[in-house]
Amino acid sequence: MNKMEKALAELGRMDELAMQESPVHKLNATAKLLSTVFYILTVMSFDKYDLSGIIPMLLWPVFMYQMSGINIRTCFYKLRIVLPLVMAVGIFNPLFDREPMLQIGSITISGGVISMLTLMLKGVFCLMASFLLVATTPFDSICASLRRMHVPSMLVTLLLLTYRYVGVMTEELAIMTDAYHLRAPGQKGIHVSAWGSFLGQLLLRSMDRAQELYASMLLRGYHQHFHYAYHIPFRGKDAAYLIGSCAFFVLIKWFDVSQLIGGLFV
Amino acid sequence: MIEFDKVNFAYEHGETVINDLSFRIGDGESVGLIGANGAGKSTIMKLLLGLLAPQSGRILVDELAVGKKDLEAVRKKLGFVLQNSDNQMFMPTVFEDMMFAPLNYMISREEAEKRVHGVLEKLGLQYLKYKYNHKISGGEKRMAAIATVLAMEPEAILMDEPTSALDPYNRRIVINTIKDLTQTKIITSHDLDMIMDTCSRVILLSDGQIAADGETMDILSNRELLEANHMELPLSLQKR
Ligand SMILES: Nc1ncnc2c1ncn2[C@@H]1O[C@H](COP(=O)(O)OP(=O)(O)OP(=O)(O)O)[C@@H](O)[C@H]1O
Ligand SMILES: [Mg+2]
Repeated sequence: MNKMEKALAELGRMDELAMQESPVHKLNATAKLLSTVFYILTVMSFDKYDLSGIIPMLLWPVFMYQMSGINIRTCFYKLRIVLPLVMAVGIFNPLFDREPMLQIGSITISGGVISMLTLMLKGVFCLMASFLLVATTPFDSICASLRRMHVPSMLVTLLLLTYRYVGVMTEELAIMTDAYHLRAPGQKGIHVSAWGSFLGQLLLRSMDRAQELYASMLLRGYHQHFHYAYHIPFRGKDAAYLIGSCAFFVLIKWFDVSQLIGGLFV
Repeated sequence: MIEFDKVNFAYEHGETVINDLSFRIGDGESVGLIGANGAGKSTIMKLLLGLLAPQSGRILVDELAVGKKDLEAVRKKLGFVLQNSDNQMFMPTVFEDMMFAPLNYMISREEAEKRVHGVLEKLGLQYLKYKYNHKISGGEKRMAAIATVLAMEPEAILMDEPTSALDPYNRRIVINTIKDLTQTKIITSHDLDMIMDTCSRVILLSDGQIAADGETMDILSNRELLEANHMELPLSLQKR
């Protein structure tokens, strides 16, 4: 397997992280899901020029990673092929928006640069938070919690299958690239001429397998309910965690924390 | 009881794979379903489980028609070991995979855990319990897949090539386990010695039709019949 394939394969293997033990893993799935959703909403609500306002939002994921025993580097490492895509969102802003916004010494920074940075941070923060949720909660428990919140079962099943599909596809990809390289020794990557058929085969094979997997779920009684998922009841400490997190988001959103902290030192 | 009544089936845009097929299997029978590659063995199992729908004919499981209406009830009765175990196991660990079916059928967690323990012990697989499904060998995965199906406690067990990928030791364990099962059993395999050890009746398929149906020994000792169908006498019947 080459680097790219290895990266993809690792993306498909989140289960192991989710099975570890830590205070965060032991929280109720709904509490974690809601706090993550609120976190993402809060991050998204920041103005595109509010770079200094959004930076303190980093504190929550950093703290949560610390508590969960999962290294932040694991997140960036596993997501290394997705990350550039997320970061690329605002890349053209500096070209379109040249209005000067900030003057540091003799350097003028345009609005475009600020909004690009803000957008990048938004993307990275949301990725970090979503990754944390999936890395600390078995995926079936997340689905169970979505069902409890009355998200339509069709949607939840679709989500579950997509998650499984990613796993199957990465496995199939690994098998196929190995088979390819064994018969094309010395070749780096997969030759352009084979891309079409390779991709087609990959999709067909992984769809076949995903279909069998789904059949295997149905044959063992899956009926869009998640009785089987590991469930941690919603307790006082889950409420405390949820309220605490949300209070923290509100605090950062409505008060300019970076200025407050700056003020302490002046 | 399992009954096929004049069943016809063809895959989309394909030739007929199952051709006017009729047979009955009584409760507690153990039947070996044999035939060349592509004879239609796996297809028959999928038809029985309602994963494929016949173009014509009827399939009955205990008087219930395999179709939309009673599908859940039918499937609850049948445990299926897939030909490819990679597609059978979808939960992170072996343990969770084994708990999946009992919990779906609303059995309490304690009860389900007791069942899972019993099955693991019987198969000598306790060491696999908390292993990740993607980190066990092909043969271990096959054993685990069989364990997940036994944990369902189905009324009939269908196995598609249960001993492929197993080492002789595990193959023997599977054979002994199958022999101990009192449920109805339908087993497809190219491992005719295993069929000889586990089944009292054999149905030989050829091009989606029954070429022979009878007592295991009668069919498995018939060299001409077997060779006409891409098979050989079981090793234990071959003279050195
Ligand atoms: N998904 C499919 N689409 C189209 N044709 C199929 C499909 N699956 C199987 N077939 C065809 O149906 C026929 C019967 O296949 P089946 O898988 O039932 O054979 P089998 O007896 O189980 O063979 P084996 O011993 O190799 O497992 C084969 O000719 C095969 O090419
Ligand atoms: Mg087959």
